Amino acid sequence: MNMHPILAALRKHKAGVVLIALQIALTLAIVCNAIFIIQQRIDMVRRPTGLNEDNLFLVTQQWVNAPSGDDPASLEKLDSMQQADLATLRNLPDVASISPIRSLPLLRSGSTGGIGLKPLQQKSTIDSNFFYGDEHMLSTLGLQLIAGRDFTAADVQNKGFRDESRSPLTIVTKSIADKLFPHGDAIGKVIYFDSSNTPTTIIGVVARLQSPIDAGEGPLAWNSVLFPVRQDANFARYVLRAKPGRLADAMKAVSPALYAANPMRVLDDRSVRSFADIRAKAYRADVGMAILMGVICLILLGVTAAGIVGLTSFWVGQRRRQIGVRRALGARKIDILHYFQLENLLIAGIGAVVGILLAVGLNLWLITRFEMDRMPVIYVLVGVLAVLALGQAAVFVPARRASNVPPVVATRPV
Amino acid sequence: MFGYYLELALRSLRRSPGLTVLMVLTIGFGVAASMTTYSVFRAVSGDPMPWKSSKLFVPQIDMWGPTGRGSDGEPPDAMDYIDAMKLMRDHRARLQSAMYEISPSIVPADAGKHPIHVGGHAVYSEFFPMLDVPFKYGSGWSADDDAQRADVAVISGKLSEKLFGETNSVGKTVNVEGKDYRVVGVLNDWNPQPRFYDVVNNGGGFSTEFEDVFLPFQTALQANIRNDGNTDCDASPTETGFLGLQHSSCTWIAYMAELDDAAAVTAYRQYLDGYAHDQQRAGRFGWAPNNRLRNLPQWLDYKHVVPTDTKVALLVALGLLIACLVNTAGLLLAKFLRRSGEIGVRRALGAPRMAIYTQFLTEAGIVGLAGGVLGLFLTGVGVASVSWVLPKDIAALARVDFSLLVLTLLVAVMATTLAGLYPTYRAACVQPAWQLKSN
Repeated sequence: MNMHPILAALRKHKAGVVLIALQIALTLAIVCNAIFIIQQRIDMVRRPTGLNEDNLFLVTQQWVNAPSGDDPASLEKLDSMQQADLATLRNLPDVASISPIRSLPLLRSGSTGGIGLKPLQQKSTIDSNFFYGDEHMLSTLGLQLIAGRDFTAADVQNKGFRDESRSPLTIVTKSIADKLFPHGDAIGKVIYFDSSNTPTTIIGVVARLQSPIDAGEGPLAWNSVLFPVRQDANFARYVLRAKPGRLADAMKAVSPALYAANPMRVLDDRSVRSFADIRAKAYRADVGMAILMGVICLILLGVTAAGIVGLTSFWVGQRRRQIGVRRALGARKIDILHYFQLENLLIAGIGAVVGILLAVGLNLWLITRFEMDRMPVIYVLVGVLAVLALGQAAVFVPARRASNVPPVVATRPV
Repeated sequence: MFGYYLELALRSLRRSPGLTVLMVLTIGFGVAASMTTYSVFRAVSGDPMPWKSSKLFVPQIDMWGPTGRGSDGEPPDAMDYIDAMKLMRDHRARLQSAMYEISPSIVPADAGKHPIHVGGHAVYSEFFPMLDVPFKYGSGWSADDDAQRADVAVISGKLSEKLFGETNSVGKTVNVEGKDYRVVGVLNDWNPQPRFYDVVNNGGGFSTEFEDVFLPFQTALQANIRNDGNTDCDASPTETGFLGLQHSSCTWIAYMAELDDAAAVTAYRQYLDGYAHDQQRAGRFGWAPNNRLRNLPQWLDYKHVVPTDTKVALLVALGLLIACLVNTAGLLLAKFLRRSGEIGVRRALGAPRMAIYTQFLTEAGIVGLAGGVLGLFLTGVGVASVSWVLPKDIAALARVDFSLLVLTLLVAVMATTLAGLYPTYRAACVQPAWQLKSN
């Protein structure tokens, strides 16, 4: 089709054309950045923690007026209280397994420290999350042991909460094993924690275990080590695996059983939490942001489509007579339809070109101002296709109305 | 005259209901999206103590030296026991308090009830006057109580109600971790957000939990009530237990001081540097002083208390509002220019340009007002729904109040009028002779 009449007509509506193109540009810039944010959040939430998350739940409880744990006698008292709890919970009919635990992935509380390859190494080689539990820790968490062996009952020690002396044995994540021993021979190697001179031997490697603290992709995210240590403090955490399908019943049975064993303790509505709940809470802000961005995108696309419909309808109304003349001179309905579709494609194309610049500019600005990541080109390309398609969809109804203008209009006065 | 324009505008809007509805919807959604995200932003970025925040300061001492600094060279966010106690003893600010987060259990007097878990802080007596903490009954404790490690407590109104009912509980006894404390004050619904006096121990700075118990700092230490917040260590403590922590260089204590004028701030800064110099001379610090003294707004900014997501969401929503305004401008342009004939007649009959401006801006304003009213409703829906989308600690703070309502209407009307400026200008440019001739 000859472009000349379209361009000539657009020249008569400069302001309207500029406004629609500008709107399409803004829509493109905002929508592709928003979709990029949404995609990033979805990717983040989808990452596996390394745990077998089904049927897993956490119990956190605090004893009232507990022994201080600062001297050996009171430490042993604390430990026997913890052992009693473990036995009580293990005997519940719906519980498959249990381990004491210091923290869980995504819990946003835990302890960390540095790992060195030499004794008394001042600057740690890498930082790591510390997990403490007994010989049932790996099996209860459902971690995948890919090399070496699991902890045995004989490996397990009990220590005070702030006792920084290290266990002689540890199991590390593959992420740590790969960084410290790139040749894949981590088993049997000796490492040192927190610049100490106590050697710790790596006896096993697990595939994956996410940080309790770093829910993103920071240096701590996948660096975790496990110690065969039952920590004794005035509070205790237990991780439990319910028998398949019995999660709700197992969770319900915990508080009454613990109170029955020893009533001088605090258990509230947040003491017994399923891992699904911990996960949902950890990612709530990310899911919320994705939903918010999604809603804004939908509103924006709707508004832009409505704007195109409105303005094109106005133009159709304004040009009824000219359309009639063209029809009377032999133009087919399809020619009129194509005319408006092509006109819209042209305007949307101009808008998209400006929009690409705006989108990249907005992304760069978000990078400098809010430490966002660089947006891959694919988002812009998909965005361009989306706004062009949106323009075509929006223009169809008014364009078809234009194509239905009968030739006889040409003979009537306006 | 205005009444006439109003009537003209309404008649014109009625004539093309489709276009009018489209514009009202556009403005309504655009304003509502911006106002909803703004309500969240306003909630988390508000100054918790606007009347005093510039006088409240958080000192930071570099007790770890170069190896313990972040990549940006900043000293630790919190204090170790040794330095915090030295600052408290020297007492160089008008008011000051070291504090640490506690989460003890409370044993109700009623034997049938289970113990409950509460949050709170161990603080010094000056904490209460420094932060203008409102009391329902009684007051804070005295400096004497601090010194004598008195077994006294300040509790929240909520906890008081739970333990003692509606009565004034001052003088009654509350059992914290198995030990009895005399209640000296009951707070009057005090739950500042962000929890600005101890940002370090509150994750993002916001909390859905109430602070239920305040105990004297030294009393809590003596009772072996452990800190519940962050503990950061540059070197492992050499002794075990809570006492070991107090003797270590681990940081777990928050600190706040009130400095009333610039001279006091300068003096305090000099005092901090002097202290660090002394420590350097004594051989405890092997580095030059690297202290910080930020006032509360600077501190909250430094700690990134306002989540980045909130700012990005607000920006994106503002972008949406701009796109909506561009859209409205286009639609108004179409609408106004369609009436070139009418404008021509009015101008030919003697209406000055000013009259055309007034008439069409009135029309734009009415569209804006209608969009604003719709926006009010949608903002209400939006603010209500953020609570199931965003984290509870943040969403709970966002609310619709009178100022937000006024702002919504104002933004809608102003923005639409602004969007109407160019279309109105074009309308006013219509040449009467040309229009009359063409008809």
